[in-house]
Amino acid sequence: MNFNINGETHQLEVDLRTSLLDLLRDHLGLTGSKKGCNQGACGACTVLVEGERINACLALAVQYQDRAIVTVEGLGGEPLHPLQQAFIDHDGFQCGYCTPGQLCSAVAMAEEVRRGLPSFVTADLSSDVMTLDHDELRERMSGNLCRCGAYNGIVDAIAETYAKEPA
Amino acid sequence: MSMVEDAKATVQGALQTVMKTAVALAPDNWIPGGIPDPIMRQQHGSIGKALSRIDGPLKVGGTAPFAAEFALEGMVYAAVAFSTIAKGRIATIDTAAAEASPGVVLVMTYKNAPRMEKVPLFGSSPKAAGGADLTIMQDPSVHWNGQPIAVVLAETQEQADHAKTLIHVTYDEDPATLSFADAKAAGTDQGMFMGEPLHAEIGKAEEALAAAPHKVDAAYLTPRHNHNAIELHAATIAWDGDALRVHDASQLVAHTAWSLSKVFGIAEDQVRVSSPFVGGGFGGKCLWDHQVLGAAAAKLAGRPVRIMLSREGVYRVVGGRTLTEQRVAIGADASGKFTALIHTGITAMTSHNAMPEPFILPTMSVYGADSFLLDVRVTHIDMLANTFMRAPGESVGTFALESAVDELAAAMGIDPIELKLINEPDKDPLMGLPFSQRDVEKAYRDGAERFGWTDRPKTPGSRREGEWLIGMGVATATYPYHRMSGGAARITLTRDGHATVDIAAHEMGMGTATAHTQVTADRLGLPIEQVVFRYGDTIFPGVVLAGGSQQTASIGASVIEAHKALVTELLKLAGNDSPLAGLKPDEVGCFDAGLAALEDDGRHESYASILSRAQRDELVVEAAAPPPLELQHWSMHSHGAVFVEARVNAVTGEVRVPRMLGSFDCGRILNPKTGRSQFRGGMIMGLGLALMEETEFDERNGRIMNPSLSDYHVPVHLDVPEIDVIWTDIPDPHSPMGARGIGEIGITGVAAAVANAVFNATGKRVRDLPITLDKLL
Amino acid sequence: MTPFTYARAADAATAVSGAGANAKYLGGGTNLVDLMRETIERPEALVDVTGLAQAIEARADGSLLIGAAVKNTALAEDRTVRRDFPLIARAILAGASGQIRNMATVGGNILQRTRCAYFYDNEGSRCNKRQPGQGCDALDGFNRNHAILGTSHACIATHPSDMCIALVAHDAIVHLEGRAGKRTIPLTDLHRLPEGHPEIETMLEPGELITAIEVPALGFGRRAIYRKVRDRSSYAFALVSVAAALDIEDGRVRDVRLALGGVGTKPWRAWQSEAALRGAPATEVSFRRAAEAELANAKGYRENGFKIELAKRMIVAALQELAA
Repeated sequence: MNFNINGETHQLEVDLRTSLLDLLRDHLGLTGSKKGCNQGACGACTVLVEGERINACLALAVQYQDRAIVTVEGLGGEPLHPLQQAFIDHDGFQCGYCTPGQLCSAVAMAEEVRRGLPSFVTADLSSDVMTLDHDELRERMSGNLCRCGAYNGIVDAIAETYAKEPA
Repeated sequence: MSMVEDAKATVQGALQTVMKTAVALAPDNWIPGGIPDPIMRQQHGSIGKALSRIDGPLKVGGTAPFAAEFALEGMVYAAVAFSTIAKGRIATIDTAAAEASPGVVLVMTYKNAPRMEKVPLFGSSPKAAGGADLTIMQDPSVHWNGQPIAVVLAETQEQADHAKTLIHVTYDEDPATLSFADAKAAGTDQGMFMGEPLHAEIGKAEEALAAAPHKVDAAYLTPRHNHNAIELHAATIAWDGDALRVHDASQLVAHTAWSLSKVFGIAEDQVRVSSPFVGGGFGGKCLWDHQVLGAAAAKLAGRPVRIMLSREGVYRVVGGRTLTEQRVAIGADASGKFTALIHTGITAMTSHNAMPEPFILPTMSVYGADSFLLDVRVTHIDMLANTFMRAPGESVGTFALESAVDELAAAMGIDPIELKLINEPDKDPLMGLPFSQRDVEKAYRDGAERFGWTDRPKTPGSRREGEWLIGMGVATATYPYHRMSGGAARITLTRDGHATVDIAAHEMGMGTATAHTQVTADRLGLPIEQVVFRYGDTIFPGVVLAGGSQQTASIGASVIEAHKALVTELLKLAGNDSPLAGLKPDEVGCFDAGLAALEDDGRHESYASILSRAQRDELVVEAAAPPPLELQHWSMHSHGAVFVEARVNAVTGEVRVPRMLGSFDCGRILNPKTGRSQFRGGMIMGLGLALMEETEFDERNGRIMNPSLSDYHVPVHLDVPEIDVIWTDIPDPHSPMGARGIGEIGITGVAAAVANAVFNATGKRVRDLPITLDKLL
Repeated sequence: MTPFTYARAADAATAVSGAGANAKYLGGGTNLVDLMRETIERPEALVDVTGLAQAIEARADGSLLIGAAVKNTALAEDRTVRRDFPLIARAILAGASGQIRNMATVGGNILQRTRCAYFYDNEGSRCNKRQPGQGCDALDGFNRNHAILGTSHACIATHPSDMCIALVAHDAIVHLEGRAGKRTIPLTDLHRLPEGHPEIETMLEPGELITAIEVPALGFGRRAIYRKVRDRSSYAFALVSVAAALDIEDGRVRDVRLALGGVGTKPWRAWQSEAALRGAPATEVSFRRAAEAELANAKGYRENGFKIELAKRMIVAALQELAA
């Protein structure tokens, strides 16, 4: 099987039962993506597939061959992605375990807003332009749990990076 | 207990009482903290600066290694099978199919597990870490529904997980006590906490209550809770001969290493436990069965083992907070002064642990009253041993106490803040000790002004916007200053002016590493770039539990002693050719990367100069913190005022919290950025406690029925408003750095503040948590 | 997870012919993979159908034809859906998380299984849906999230979908393809009530595959409400949800669509309410009467009796808002 992770191609055979998350963590040593529930309930495993956010724990790796996958390790480097820096500046984490998922989720979420995808709290579904206000941002990020409770810092970091108006 | 043991206990008890009195009466300067930490005098250092976390780049880059992220050569993966009965014995266990399953290396059950001693029960000795006083996988007995009954090791996680499902078990079931009602009917015992009864009486509280012109008397219920750190409990474990290496997710590495040495009958220094990053702890990341089983299986298989519990596994193996049924009754005179304060109740635990949820703790120091009756009774249920979870006692105790005070205020027509301040004590109400520092009134006044408390609806249920009823509530947050024995630290100072502090403390996101880098920089007169704080490894000195909000004090007191030793050694090395010649250690301070006379900063010599002249590349000192006698000399507590605006939907009963403010009086805040996050994090967990959290324990079979993050609700982004946090920043003159730990106080008071706000919005008083919408329909 | 084989189907016909007796069709996997991990589902073969029809076709008569492999996000994002079928977009957006909606397919959403905790507790609890005849631990257990409508002595588990609530309100028609050929079935008839056999959840024949969902035009569908109440403000299954669309003429209800989530053992079309409303004055009294009509047969259990009153209130509030 061929996997395209952070721009690199990896060729390996894995058990069909292997999730995309375990492929990354146990087989490719990319442990940035985290396992918090292994059932799609916490968002810590969020990665990008062709720019779209998914829960890698619910994804069978075999379904994601030859797709462009980006993990937290591929977001930035030197320098950090602006959102990564904003998380540091706004203290958008404490223990850091949900952080990679929050980051990947937010990167894709911002793109969803840019292309005009509404959310449950969007008042006018037919509008072409979505704004990333405080409620929109929090609703759209609600698939990423943070038990330390760094939500305020996370929201501030995302707002600074992506919202025109402060969230 | 035998008669001899009885007599011994009596003598020890008497000695303790004498000691306590002596410590209480001793002059301040005999006591740790009697002479204020000199670092409090420094105003322009790094302490108090909003430094970003030093481990931030690793965490946002995904490169910070957690326990399950160490790959060892030849490592195998573990899966754990759990019992499905609450009490009895395994009758048969058939592992043949599992053993024959592809990739399986080993199936371990009680039949082939290595012989192991019990994990010493937490509290039974200084480094004991056990959650339950039970052997692990040594016999067929089952003590709770969900107990590990087998461990499968396989070459891959998929293979181990699958093989686990092929194990077939039958049981001989014994009758079990599973319902709280049955347990209570079977009788209760006195709750004991840290070796002392959870009981206090001053005067005749019931009589005073009966005679009081104003009174409230109500029952409050709080359910079981789970910590639910997002990181799953995990360990990567290897043996090298008799040496055991554990990469753990731990908030007590030294305790874990010592306890594992007892389990396996090896020397303490043959066990190395490290935990550089912990994905949230909250009291849950301690020593439970999985590390022991992982180590046992690794020994049996002769291969390194990665054991990561599933989320369900965490619920089955790692205890949570237990339930409570509390009574709070308050009698007050016409002015509102409390004549009687009664806080009693029952909590459930097991017959093999020692953790009654000590919900009366806040009531022991928050208010003055003419009479007190405080008591915790315990019942026993056949369940997974419960344990400490963020602010054990205070989190749920303040819900009852601060709801009751609000009820009294409403009944008397007094503003609850005024009622609280009327009853502010001038010394510790039970112990009679002076407060080390207590500015509760300032916290309330500042908070009330900033929150706009005067805008609170005077009549419950009187403010409405569309479907939403709006109210405000307030409650006191409180948590004591703790410092436990065992702290020790090593400082290494190099000739080029770099310092490293080594201490077996923990970083679970509290900001410990960042704050103590700042503190050490100031203490040594170095820029923070020249200080490294190393932690989370038993190769470092100290027994430093990250719990009870005591780690900051423990590290602080340890580093103070190590620093004293460093200064003493530096003066020796400086000798007579130094401008410092003739000065005593207490006559010098650390400034500008060197030592200077306190009375004459012109007498200064740099570390580089001292060490060069002495032809030393580095200087290493290690020292232990003194026993925490300050706890018996002063009453040391943090406080806060929690303000909440609640909106309750008149149609659906849904509760939303659009505004929260915490105004804290917790001594000096070392780093406002990480400190604010600690407060907010606690308050958000308090919001969960108030509105949604409950571990569902099925009383028919003792099984936890919501062992997942989709069925156990914790707050999500949309539940959480922007939380305003302010603090008095008044140093505690008797604590290291003037600081008191802030890891737990944030969760306290919040549930009551929410309940009080819901009452103010609707006129409905909810006395059982969580406040779900059905209770408001 | 029990071992299985995997094949990706190029089209529906190949998928159907390639799916053996113990095969399962795999969409986004958001429910199936989880159930396989719990060994509640143990297929011997997975036929990946995510490569099948992904089009959302807006037809000349105003109806929609939605490919079964369309992702939930794509359906909620579609311009026509948002304008003419806002109920569907809103219901999808009320469910799960952004990540899961990006993975989950429309077909998979319809066939997702209950989140009843006793169903999920494969090792430690009894469940007639998992193991017919075993008994149901939910009846007297933790059933806050369980159904009050369409329940039986054998099962009170809810169908958890939000999207399906909107689709049943819209009279959606399910297109199927099986070894015996193609056919259609109204979505309201696809899911079965548990009665004595909760293990049989749908009218699908063995090996039959959902290929598309057809949604007829609904003139008054642009003015609709999907309201969802749950135990936290987002990312949780419904305690009660209401999908409503209302057509009023001269103060009277000309037509109405009403469906309920979180309360039924299947996506619940509120036929009784609708019948009570058609022709009635658009007043709170009528709305309340209609709500009472639907909930008259509701049965509350240990923890979920509150849903009866809550559902009534939400129906009335939704209709009042639409009538305003």
